[in-house]
Amino acid sequence: MKNLKLLIIGLVISTISSMALADGHWSKIRIGTEGAYKPWNFTDESGNLVGAELDLARDLCKRMNAECEFVQQDWDGIIPALVNGKYDVIMAGMSVTEERMKTISFSDVYMTEPARFYTTNSNSLSTFKSGDKTLNLDKDSSVTSGTISSLNNAMKGMNIGVTVATIHENFANEYLDVNLKTYPTQDEMNLDLVAGRIDAMLCDTGAAESLMETSSGKDVVTFGPNIFGGLLGSGVGAGIRQGDTDLKAMFDKAIAEANADGTISRISMEWFKKDIAP
Amino acid sequence: MFEVFSFGSSGWGDEMLMGALMTVLVSASSLLLGILIGIIFAACKLSNIFILKIIANTYTTIIRGIPELLVIYLLFFGGSGAVMYIAKIFGYDGYIELNAFTIGTIAVGAISGAYSTEVIRGAVNSVHKGQFEAGKTLGLSGYGLYGRVIFPQVARIALPGIGNVWQITLKDTALISVTGLVEIMRQSRIAAGSTHEPFIFYTAAIILYLVITRLSNILFDKAEDTYSKGFISKGAL
Amino acid sequence: MRFELMYESFFKIIEGIPLTLQVVSISTVLGLALAIIVALMRISGRKSMSIPAYYFVYLIRGTPLLLQLYFVYYGLGQFSFIRESILWPILKEPYWCGIITLTISTGAYSSEIIRGGILSVSKNFIEASGALGLNKIKTFLLITLPITVRQALPAYGNELILMVKASSLISIITLMEITGIARTIISKTYAPVEIFLVAGSIYLIINFIIVLAVGLAERKLGTVKAN
Repeated sequence: MKNLKLLIIGLVISTISSMALADGHWSKIRIGTEGAYKPWNFTDESGNLVGAELDLARDLCKRMNAECEFVQQDWDGIIPALVNGKYDVIMAGMSVTEERMKTISFSDVYMTEPARFYTTNSNSLSTFKSGDKTLNLDKDSSVTSGTISSLNNAMKGMNIGVTVATIHENFANEYLDVNLKTYPTQDEMNLDLVAGRIDAMLCDTGAAESLMETSSGKDVVTFGPNIFGGLLGSGVGAGIRQGDTDLKAMFDKAIAEANADGTISRISMEWFKKDIAP
Repeated sequence: MFEVFSFGSSGWGDEMLMGALMTVLVSASSLLLGILIGIIFAACKLSNIFILKIIANTYTTIIRGIPELLVIYLLFFGGSGAVMYIAKIFGYDGYIELNAFTIGTIAVGAISGAYSTEVIRGAVNSVHKGQFEAGKTLGLSGYGLYGRVIFPQVARIALPGIGNVWQITLKDTALISVTGLVEIMRQSRIAAGSTHEPFIFYTAAIILYLVITRLSNILFDKAEDTYSKGFISKGAL
Repeated sequence: MRFELMYESFFKIIEGIPLTLQVVSISTVLGLALAIIVALMRISGRKSMSIPAYYFVYLIRGTPLLLQLYFVYYGLGQFSFIRESILWPILKEPYWCGIITLTISTGAYSSEIIRGGILSVSKNFIEASGALGLNKIKTFLLITLPITVRQALPAYGNELILMVKASSLISIITLMEITGIARTIISKTYAPVEIFLVAGSIYLIINFIIVLAVGLAERKLGTVKAN
């Protein structure tokens, strides 16, 4: 009986003490990230969060004289949890889009990468030839419609994978007439592409290239053009609650500095093997 | 094949074990919270107050009728909103952060509590009416009656049921990876995705759960033996 | 609360009900067959039968369904010998992976319910049936099984509800049932509380109907309640 009482008291105390009260000053910034989106942000064999955005976030926090704390959050709840106040900023390979701007605001873009289709070399799609090397969705539909319809014809009725709540899912819903499969994480979509459950996936080039470096991804090949603009957004930025304009200003300034002195290019070369600074 | 489980910075062995420890911790705290909830709502169900009965029945019906995954999502996204709403009433206008462990405990505890409610209610019902009457005749009431006479008997009868609730709770914690808490399930998903070796990591996770199940079965059996002292053999109960 | 959004999404989410019910009913039927086999193995009295059955039930009851689902879907799909086998056309489909996992799960849990039901059939009935000249198979089908069904019905009704709840997990392997559609809507509206409240209410209604149906069946079959 005494033990039970002590346990209950202990439980109540531990619950209350874990309710940290955050104040309005940005001396401490909590950054939400996914941890399953290589090379942007992922978990290594030591169980640590690593990746280009983790390095960048630490650099930005130094410039802002703030202490950074990383919070892991599954992708499909990453915006609601920001709005709920679970963390203050999203840095999770999230593209700045008009659709998301209805709910949250974004810092200036810190990295930018096109999207592309990937398949395996045993799939018929691997021989797909596209006339154009790029597909800029900002351009007039008279320019883009030909490329889109040739992609569509090649993939008609096939199983195509995207991750849930991404610009790629939006693209597929808007332009493609395929059997769409939505995955909770890029990692799990990778597994299904390699297993042959899906014929192709549409994703960010950096994420796919890091799969292709591994032994299980050696048969993965790309096809079709580099796709960007339009509903794919203007590049990757930090998601911030709409009310926190002061925090957005701090991030914009720090990102501009990091871009100007080559820090972003350096981090990008390290993780993406190419320069994707804006 | 097994180098992926090496300890230290080159393998996932230590991470998987830490995940197992987290599973045990969050299951245990959820079970305790659930028992606390169970005691309160069992008392409501057994009370003669109509409104309390309705509240308790609504709670157990909803929890048992909605998928655990949805309950966890609802508490995860709605929970901090609710806490902030309450804080606002008391004049605090800011963000209140509940960490992943706390929110996970609350979510799984709420589910566990519905099952504990039924177990405890059943146990109280099975205590012979004569025990209450005898206690009252002796002039006992309140803590004297319930704490010294009824509770020890309820605890003994409820123990096997709580053992079942523990099994359910342990498995339900696999669903709270959505809150970001790194327990067995989340850790093996991360490792499976990162190494492209899902088979071996999900097998390892299965083994970890079975080991925890086996060890906790032994503990509960021991506890049942201790509490059943002075009663006829377990088989007769 | 965005009530208009909840109203609109209700009509989208109910489109997932057929898939939920389909997966649940197929797995329940297959699972019941599996459960009867496992239960008979457990009470067969032969160690070569009862021990594997015991460990099968232990394995399934001791691990989370979510993990079993990941194991069947991603774990088995990893190997090229499985991908080249005749099983792959089935294991390739998330739909069948979901059904297989749910079937195995309910098979293990219900086997315990059925075992309890069979053991509750009085020996006198079996002996009487033997005296009437019925053989073992006829005794099982005509005497033991009907009594078992009657006795096991309340617990089995519970298992049905658990199955409906468990089916929500298959949304994780790309299936668009109730929870899957709800998640898709959330990814566009960022309103998890509202949408999951709608989805949760739909599950509550389905389970309420199951409770009513099982209650009706109990009354028809004259099941004697334990308490």
